[in-house]
Amino acid sequence: MQIIKDGAIVEDPFVHVADGVELPASGDVIVSLDRYLAQREALKRREGRVGVRLRSDQEAKLAAPYVAELPVIAVEFPGFKDGRGYTTGRLLRERFGYAGQLRAVGDVLRDQLFYMRRCGFDAFELKSGKDVQGALQAFQEFTVTYQGAADDQRPLFRRRASAHH
Amino acid sequence: MYQYDEYDRRIVAERAKQFEGQVERRYSGEITESEFKPLRLQNGLYMQLHAYMLRVAIPYGTLSSKQLRKLAHIARTYDRNYGHFTTRQNLQYNWPKLDDVPKILQELASVEMHAIQTSGNCVRNVTSDHLAGVAPDELEDPRPWAEIIRQWSTFHPEFAALPRKFKIAVGATPGVDRAAIAYHDIGVRLIENEAGERGFEVLAGGGMGRTPYIGQVVGKFVAKEDLLSYIEAILRVYNTYGRRDNLYKARIKILVNALGVEAFRERVEEEWEQIKDGPLKLEQAEIERVARHFAPPPYEKLPDGKPQLDALRLGKDRELARFVRNNVLAHKQPGYAAVIVSLKQKGIPPGDMSDEQMDAFADLADRFGFGELRVTHTQNLVLPDVRASDVPALHAELVKLGLATPNHNKLTDLIACPGLDYCALANARSIPVALELMERFEDIDYQSDLGELNVKISGCINACGHHHVGHIGILGIDKGGEEFYQIMLGGSAGYDASLGEFLGKALSVTDIVPGVSKVLNCYLGLRTSPEDRFIDVVRRVGLAPFKEAVYGPPTMRQGVAHADH
Repeated sequence: MQIIKDGAIVEDPFVHVADGVELPASGDVIVSLDRYLAQREALKRREGRVGVRLRSDQEAKLAAPYVAELPVIAVEFPGFKDGRGYTTGRLLRERFGYAGQLRAVGDVLRDQLFYMRRCGFDAFELKSGKDVQGALQAFQEFTVTYQGAADDQRPLFRRRASAHH
Repeated sequence: MYQYDEYDRRIVAERAKQFEGQVERRYSGEITESEFKPLRLQNGLYMQLHAYMLRVAIPYGTLSSKQLRKLAHIARTYDRNYGHFTTRQNLQYNWPKLDDVPKILQELASVEMHAIQTSGNCVRNVTSDHLAGVAPDELEDPRPWAEIIRQWSTFHPEFAALPRKFKIAVGATPGVDRAAIAYHDIGVRLIENEAGERGFEVLAGGGMGRTPYIGQVVGKFVAKEDLLSYIEAILRVYNTYGRRDNLYKARIKILVNALGVEAFRERVEEEWEQIKDGPLKLEQAEIERVARHFAPPPYEKLPDGKPQLDALRLGKDRELARFVRNNVLAHKQPGYAAVIVSLKQKGIPPGDMSDEQMDAFADLADRFGFGELRVTHTQNLVLPDVRASDVPALHAELVKLGLATPNHNKLTDLIACPGLDYCALANARSIPVALELMERFEDIDYQSDLGELNVKISGCINACGHHHVGHIGILGIDKGGEEFYQIMLGGSAGYDASLGEFLGKALSVTDIVPGVSKVLNCYLGLRTSPEDRFIDVVRRVGLAPFKEAVYGPPTMRQGVAHADH
């Protein structure tokens, strides 16, 4: 399927596999964190990369011990009004040093993309039926931000100071 | 006052453009109404009973005369020639058309204003003491801190979809609260510790609504440079653990009280430890940069104005004397006074102001001050820097505008929500009850005799009219399709914050004002002197005598209760 990655539309090799559903023999998959924890050794022996998926009530610290080995962490936004994933994203990036792909999944809409990117997300599965091409504009809508976040931890007052030196 | 720089201007302009696009996508059907809702809300656009309502942010209630003229222009051009000042120091237009909103946002941007985050489940416009910078009793002007919080909270990416709305208020006067700080999700009080250092007492979990709570102290003494990291830690804990399963249990007050303040503080401080020495730590240079925007205006060197004002208070011009006694307040700067301009005029909904009044008032702000005015959370205006010698001339001008009612902090200086006249949530009308009270108790000498009295009216349990914290609170309810009103006594939004208690069964729309009258007569009979305030008497004697005054002796009440079934 197509996802937005680093501001462009790309073909995504990962397949979401629900709990209780058999994994394909090979290929890249995303499984729940619970399944990952239960089957971690077996999954490592499998051909293909394995990413995890966090529910919105699963805090970043649950995935923290595995950040070095995970190529993808997908964070669920079950509804666009559920903003817990923003905190999860920032903590994975800023506190736990996660450097792999951080993907927003679920009720992901154009007008959240700017915030999500600021919170460390670099990949987005837009809600199906939405205009992916148009959504790319969301990244350009604002050219100034006041606060620090995962994209740049310095608040404007620190950036402002450096701009004057 | 705060002047936008290039960054502020760009953010507001880009927001206006973004919203224009969002409206276009809504019209094209690309986004659904439910998807559009949080977008328009975070732009202050709210759906009321009959039409959209646009809420314009007035950060910490400070406004320039130029901005007020623009607000008048918008009222005239895009609305029905008036605006409504709110209990959070904002201004609402009740009749804008969706098509016009992007244009209105552009107009606002042209005078450094916006409607960002005045609604929706985000950090709302920051409020403060309406006498900030001029009050003789403050430690320092709290507005630089409010502005620092405003910038931090504007489009904060992590807190754009909180469990529920989030309100922050800032004050800086020890032992005095003119901003209902204890009833905010976060209340920030600048204090001085025993060593003479200044820092913040940070409260959390206050709020009104269906389940009112007084905020509890979470941060006992937060250093100035740690203000943002401390608030960010609170918001992060709330965003992570606040309830999202039930709209009515989603405010931070529910989380604070479910965990208990000790456990809540533990979570906050555990998070805070991780970030307090990070990039959010405020630098002295930044604090000073923002504070410079709030430097005192070029005051003239004048003799003390108190003798002059005292003479007016006892003077022959009785109208002027009443005005000076009730509405003219002491000022930091010798020779100056702060003047409360009441928007509680007989026959007009509390907080409403016409476009013509706004234009004329803007001229007064220029003539009698430095072109600045304030909005109070009790829906009045303030001219903060009036020369004491100018008070009679100002009063004469206010009389012409119908804005000279000397009722500050008196019975008819009441707060009312829009109620069933406008609001889709309301169970009963608020404004007609407010207007009837204002008519019935118009006599200013009677009001002055009653002394300090805050009446607050809500048209439903969501409590936008703050009925829980009125010395007299009135709550509209619906009983089988008819409007009824409950009376509460003993609430306070001040530093001595307290929640009112229900007096008894609800009164009909024809009985509510006579009911209030009985409460007042009862008070006058109970007080020991004119200095014995209504709230003091209620606290001292409890509700029993007031119950008896309104509902008759207990035996009779029994009968009434039966008849009610």
